[in-house]
Amino acid sequence: MELANLFVKSIFIENMIFAYFLGMCSYLAVSKTVKTGVGLGAAVIFVLTITLPINFLLDKYILKPGALGTWLGSEYADVDLSFLSFILFIAVIASMVQLVEMIVERFAPALYSALGIFLPLIAVNCAILGGSLFMQQRDFSSITEATVYGFGSGIGWLLAIVAIAAIREKIAYSNVPAPLKGLGITFIITGLMAIGFMSFMGIKL
Amino acid sequence: MSDKEGLFSKKNLQLLKDPLDDNNPISVQVLGICSALAITVKLEPAIVMSISVLFVLVASNVIVSLLRNMIPNRIRIIVQLVIVAALVILVDQVLKAYAYDVSKQLSVFVGLIITNCIVMGRLEAFALANGPWKAFLDGVGNSAGYAFILVLVAFFRELLGSGKLYGIQIIPQSFYDFGYQNNGLMLLSPMALIVVGLIIWAQRARNKKLIEK
Repeated sequence: MELANLFVKSIFIENMIFAYFLGMCSYLAVSKTVKTGVGLGAAVIFVLTITLPINFLLDKYILKPGALGTWLGSEYADVDLSFLSFILFIAVIASMVQLVEMIVERFAPALYSALGIFLPLIAVNCAILGGSLFMQQRDFSSITEATVYGFGSGIGWLLAIVAIAAIREKIAYSNVPAPLKGLGITFIITGLMAIGFMSFMGIKL
Repeated sequence: MSDKEGLFSKKNLQLLKDPLDDNNPISVQVLGICSALAITVKLEPAIVMSISVLFVLVASNVIVSLLRNMIPNRIRIIVQLVIVAALVILVDQVLKAYAYDVSKQLSVFVGLIITNCIVMGRLEAFALANGPWKAFLDGVGNSAGYAFILVLVAFFRELLGSGKLYGIQIIPQSFYDFGYQNNGLMLLSPMALIVVGLIIWAQRARNKKLIEK
């Protein structure tokens, strides 16, 4: 029940894009068609679900104050390596992205060429690192929680990018004031969608 | 090339000026939106964030530009990430030591400077191909452009949302006595997006060549 609650919360209430603006760069750049949006969204889900548990273990057994002491003996009990977390998290993420890139290139070359430069840029997608940092900040108690959180946030991100891509495909035919075309209107629509998503606030299973 | 040009030749000054308007990192290049929006509820965190980005962007631009001939092409993203992450750790520790309250407000967004697209975008697009002095100017220019939008958004959100600027009450009490109300919606995240959308609208209405087809 706890887990289902966390899952729903990470998709709708604490949506990466609408509540925290994480991963906006690729969200704005790749959302011109639904197809590429789905591809990138799937990649984000995949990378988030893999990196969060790895980073959770890193955090629990190496980085937390006193974490080394639990398995290396008491002389390490007051070692605090938490200042290293940024660099370790990003290293895990960068290597995972490299892996995903190689897999996509091998098995889905069409998707690979469609995603173009944005696949390597997942490494610098704020949603991924943001997921790990939020995970650290919230102090999840078990690895399952961390995994569910990662998977849920990924789905929330996919949902957001698919929705905006669908709207952008249609809005290409409407009569938007010239200076607002493209970027401006996308920002405003995202803002309105975020207001819509706020109505999920307070939902509890 | 740089030995023939003066330090502040026209071309170099262009590097400083362009990102402020014609080539603004946020409203034109669409980089670094992620952190730009979440911390603009008040002016103070927005300014601290801008200074942190200024430091990280300038330092990493110069370092990568110095190392540009030594970094193997295939692993350049990881090398850049490590350089940026080290600089961000430095910023984070300094903030925790000297500005603890602000660092609490910024929470994970200091760490997210690592993945701020402005930093990586400028490293990829500029520092890898240019000398250190140019990279320095490019870094200063782009972070100034970033800071400009950040402060502008934070200005409107704090003024309309809580009637304050930098924590100081601006809207006088007599207004409230007449029934003026703070617009609480400005403090919520969706309004950040809409304010940026409006800024882009204003900029493009003034600067016609930026309009998208």
